Amino acid sequence: MAEHDYDLPDARGHFGPYGGVFVAETLIAALDELREAYAAAQRDPQFVAEFAYELKHYVGRPSPIYHARHWSDALGGAQIYLKREDLNHTGAHKINNCIGQALLARRMGKPRVIAETGAGQHGVATATVAARYGMQCIVYMGAEDIQRQAANVYRMKLLGASVVPVESGSRTLKDALNEAMRDWVTNVSDTFYIIGTVAGPHPYPMMVRDFQSIIGRESIAQMQEQCGRQPDAVIACVGGGSNAMGIFHPYIPVAGVRLIGVEAAGDGIATGRHAASLTAGRPGVLHGNRTYLLQDENGQITETHSISAGLDYPGVGPEHAWLKDSGRAEYVTVSDAEALQAFHDLCRREDIIPALESSHALAYATRLAPTLAKDQILLINFSGRGDKDMHTVAEKSGITF
Amino acid sequence: MAKIQAVFERLQAQGRKALIPFITAGDPDPALTVPLLHTLVRAGADIIELGVPFSDPMADGPTIQRASERALAKGVSLRQVLELVASFRIDDQHTPIVLMGYANPIEAMGVDAFAAAADRSGVDGVLVVDYPPEEGIEFAQILHQYGLDPIFLLAPTSSDQRISQVAALASGYIYYVSLKGVTGSASLDVAAVAARIPEIRTRTGVPVGVGFGIRDAATAAAVAEIADAVVIGSRIIEEIEQSSADQACTRVFALLADIRRGMDAATNRQGGTTWVR
Repeated sequence: MAEHDYDLPDARGHFGPYGGVFVAETLIAALDELREAYAAAQRDPQFVAEFAYELKHYVGRPSPIYHARHWSDALGGAQIYLKREDLNHTGAHKINNCIGQALLARRMGKPRVIAETGAGQHGVATATVAARYGMQCIVYMGAEDIQRQAANVYRMKLLGASVVPVESGSRTLKDALNEAMRDWVTNVSDTFYIIGTVAGPHPYPMMVRDFQSIIGRESIAQMQEQCGRQPDAVIACVGGGSNAMGIFHPYIPVAGVRLIGVEAAGDGIATGRHAASLTAGRPGVLHGNRTYLLQDENGQITETHSISAGLDYPGVGPEHAWLKDSGRAEYVTVSDAEALQAFHDLCRREDIIPALESSHALAYATRLAPTLAKDQILLINFSGRGDKDMHTVAEKSGITF
Repeated sequence: MAKIQAVFERLQAQGRKALIPFITAGDPDPALTVPLLHTLVRAGADIIELGVPFSDPMADGPTIQRASERALAKGVSLRQVLELVASFRIDDQHTPIVLMGYANPIEAMGVDAFAAAADRSGVDGVLVVDYPPEEGIEFAQILHQYGLDPIFLLAPTSSDQRISQVAALASGYIYYVSLKGVTGSASLDVAAVAARIPEIRTRTGVPVGVGFGIRDAATAAAVAEIADAVVIGSRIIEEIEQSSADQACTRVFALLADIRRGMDAATNRQGGTTWVR
């Protein structure tokens, strides 16, 4: 296995033409401070040990890898393995990153943390770690999303966070991110902004990736132990792209492993109602970085659609943009209907309820597995559990509680 | 590039400071933009910052966000903003126009195509909020090729090294953001600004304008005593927002003329040459 000849981003946060620091001057000093604090923390054995301790004893890592035999047999092709991030505390991969950033905030002496959230998973994870470390927590959430995700809003409030509805723009995740940035620039001296995905200005895409890459590092060791080899392909859903980056990154230098990111095709790419930035977008600048964006011909960011609120974002992490252009990863799409079918299949075949986000990765595996031989292996990042999606799925099935 | 510089040289000779109002193009309706621009000039504007509406104005407070949303609801694009500037130029060939906005609409058009079109339309400078100097070098070079001034921001948190970095790229003027926050924030600490400007002046000969948090003639006057230019935006947008379409120009004129008087009175007291409009 080749040891890292991949060393992106560069010192200024660029992944080829993507990434960078596209923010107003008012935020530059805060980003400089963050970059330096993060670099120092990475070199500090005490920080590294504390992060590892929290992941083990609070999150419950390592998460297991599970061989989905029944489902593999039913599909009649490759063997499917699931990296069970749904078994983490708070039910998704999001907590890995939140712990890393909250520990960093504490180290920097920032008593107040803010976050943006779409479906509410990152908001819940941030509220959880803020409660654990005794920090004040403000979560920005689009007014539209607050209505769609009432249970998670209540959960955040139970944990002591304030949830601020965002009424501007399309009143969804992208607007929540804008509002969190505005809070940060105003309260920069005592506030740490915990971004939930591998997007935003440098160092966020790199830092969030680093905190999430525990997923891929564990996978490499676990696959070796369980199967005596690495998978033929690693599959993960991509909205902003943090769970995908977390499992992809350690695999980038591993030859022979395909990396497949699955974007949300919503009602279908042709309908325009989707969230597939890499598949159907063009490069541009949003939220502090250059990356693929869903935008109109005048450069205005367009509204997106996905059954999965966590994938409903018009941009994508800049490292994914680079992995796409460089050909190291491939990006495909799965529709709402296909994701929903995979959700039901997993419930029936394996007795595991996946998040609708993760269901996109599962749905692509149902397409790919039958085309492969029975001794080939697919590893899917099972990024979160589906309890939060009960309402959405029931509604689609015509059921009311 | 000469036009903005010429304005500052003329004002300096008169012992006066530049008044730079901001409005968002197309707010509340594209039909009102050119009349508003002429009104601003009549009320005493020396240079005008014209906002290009964007779907995700990350550095703006609620007032300018709403202005952007109103303009976008009317379908205002960057191309149309350039057309508005061109029609302003039919009657006014002298007042410099600086476009202020975000990177993505410009990149969607193509930076070179944009610079060429902006030059043809009669634009004089461009301020891209999310192009800090490290990401804006190539952009600044392209603007310079077309004789356009790249306007950059500095903040209270900018280090001396960054001031030098901005000074190396900037022409026209440098826009000093007076506080930590977004546009339209409540108030500005004149003493804090006064303490910072001399440090900037030791590193650049480019004029320094101050904006963010200037809401009335008294604050504008105080800023005029320490800086080369006063930028005022959200307060004007509020006036437009609260006016009916046929009252907007009258009310904006009254507001800006009052600020102009306050500034000129302050610079007169300060010992500038007496000058009566």
